Amino acid sequence: MKRQWRRFTGSYLWYSFKRDKVAMVSFATFLILFVCAFLAPWISPYNPYDPANIDILAAETPPMWMDGGTQEYIMGTDAQGRDLLSTMIYGMRISITIGVFAVLLQAFLGIVIGLISGYFGGKLDSFFMRMADVQLSFSYLMVAIFISAVLQAAIGVGRFGEIAVPFLIIVIGLAQWPQYARTVRASVLAEKKKEYVEAARVAGFNSQRIMWRHILPNCMSPILVLSTIQVANAVMSEAALSFLGLGMPVTRPSLGSLINSGFEYIFSGSWWITAFPGILLVVLVLAVNLLGDFLRDALNPKLYKG
Amino acid sequence: MVAFIIRRILQALVVMFVISVIGFAIKHNVGDPVRQITGISVSEAEREALRDELGLNDPVPVQFGRFLKNAVQGDLGTSFFYKKPATSVILSKAPATIELVLVSAFIVISLSVPLGIFAAIRPKHVFSKIVMGASIVGVSIPVFLTAIMGIYLFSVQLGWLPSFGRGATVDLGGWQTGFLTLDGWLHLLLPSISLSSIMLPLFIRLIRSEMMEVLETEYIKYSWAKGLRKYRIWFLHAFKNTLLPVITVGGVQLGITIAFTILTETVFQWQGLGFLFMEAVERSDTSLLVAYLMFVGLVMVVVNTVVDIIYGMVNPTVRITGTAK
Repeated sequence: MKRQWRRFTGSYLWYSFKRDKVAMVSFATFLILFVCAFLAPWISPYNPYDPANIDILAAETPPMWMDGGTQEYIMGTDAQGRDLLSTMIYGMRISITIGVFAVLLQAFLGIVIGLISGYFGGKLDSFFMRMADVQLSFSYLMVAIFISAVLQAAIGVGRFGEIAVPFLIIVIGLAQWPQYARTVRASVLAEKKKEYVEAARVAGFNSQRIMWRHILPNCMSPILVLSTIQVANAVMSEAALSFLGLGMPVTRPSLGSLINSGFEYIFSGSWWITAFPGILLVVLVLAVNLLGDFLRDALNPKLYKG
Repeated sequence: MVAFIIRRILQALVVMFVISVIGFAIKHNVGDPVRQITGISVSEAEREALRDELGLNDPVPVQFGRFLKNAVQGDLGTSFFYKKPATSVILSKAPATIELVLVSAFIVISLSVPLGIFAAIRPKHVFSKIVMGASIVGVSIPVFLTAIMGIYLFSVQLGWLPSFGRGATVDLGGWQTGFLTLDGWLHLLLPSISLSSIMLPLFIRLIRSEMMEVLETEYIKYSWAKGLRKYRIWFLHAFKNTLLPVITVGGVQLGITIAFTILTETVFQWQGLGFLFMEAVERSDTSLLVAYLMFVGLVMVVVNTVVDIIYGMVNPTVRITGTAK
């Protein structure tokens, strides 16, 4: 443990992280948001899922620094009279959960498919890569929108709401695996030619062992970079789906569905229901994107050279 | 080259076949056309007769064959809400989306090329840093949020621009165009800016990174050594080779653009394909959903095939491996 920590602090990654203010700020931001999201029951002033806290008479209360705002609701209330701040924190928890688990799913799919395609090649490889090409040309968002649209038409909105979280994880995971598979495959192809793989083969290890214990650890840096960017993409996709009404229901809103529910009220001047969740979403995605940029600059050997 | 084109077209046909299998599966499993046509007060026997008449009791392969045959002839079923053939509903809504995409594409291309080139040749310049910083912020703002903020600022607060619809349109032989009226342009402004707000940063970043890669290559170094003028190197030698990957990626980006038109059109109630699609989802109009899938699938497959073939013409190495970058 200690040795690993020393190895990490001695690494180029840590060195460049310490010198990069943007990376530090965005990492701190992400960490704070992440912790807030998972401490939601303890830090948020109200529990937005508890019907006792929904006060329809207090609906559309503006934030406390504006006329008509009260101390009770720091950021005002939404159209149903829920405290906006609490709803946002709970919504962010849903957004982050879906984002992270969707990336785990797609990473699993992508790594398995990418490793197999890259290592064995042949018919299986061209089949998977064709599939990835086709799916990529439709774009992940289109695929995700379409799958959820069809499923919602098939099972109805009511039941759809109950299974929304696992469903969104699966949809976004299935929609985004091609990027992973391609990246992993490309690095496997590069690694496969190296001598240590040949040495392992001569030593008589079987392909399973070579693939998972020898090649995969050496492909970790592109996977790490991609995972970061994909978390941002997954959160954005979830927001887009929820905004279209194909994601989280209004009773358990994510940031996207909150923005959607506030949209009708901007015409009557209640901008905060849309604006605050929107800002939170942008800050979250921006922090993750900036981290991804930093990781790419720090870990990508091609840029490292120049 | 001919072999490459044939292979590419065969591939496109296979993809279209797969899409139609998916479309058929959706049509076959989701929703009941008989119930959509009849209503509640129809007896079981009459329903059964109607099922027979519609061919819903035939074996699945026969039904699929009929579906395929009709689809090739442009018949994608009847939208139960519009009571019209789905193809004609889609074709009547397509101009709105095409105009929206055209204007945004114009905005994206005319801004991303100069900005991307500048950021690549002067990476340390303050302006490049601002552009790159702004572009990562731009990537992180969802398109519907840009749209809503645009509406709040320019429609609700300032009252300068309309917030929904297409405004006055002129009928040009079945093509409803908003290009010919001032009102149409005013309505087009916010949606097209919102749509391009997400594509623009992507393209700036793409052009910059490709251009920077090209500037590192040997032949550029050689041109510097040869003493060519810098503008000639940048705009003629380097930019030409930057364009290739940009075109390929541009073809792929079409898919993302179409996904984003759904979002933009929903916000602005823009009467185009994306809006139609969301309406069809809400009404469980399966025929229209399937027709949209087939139509969008066809457009994307055609565009991607054409892009690949152009790419293959320009870059011969692709022809051998058969896979574009």
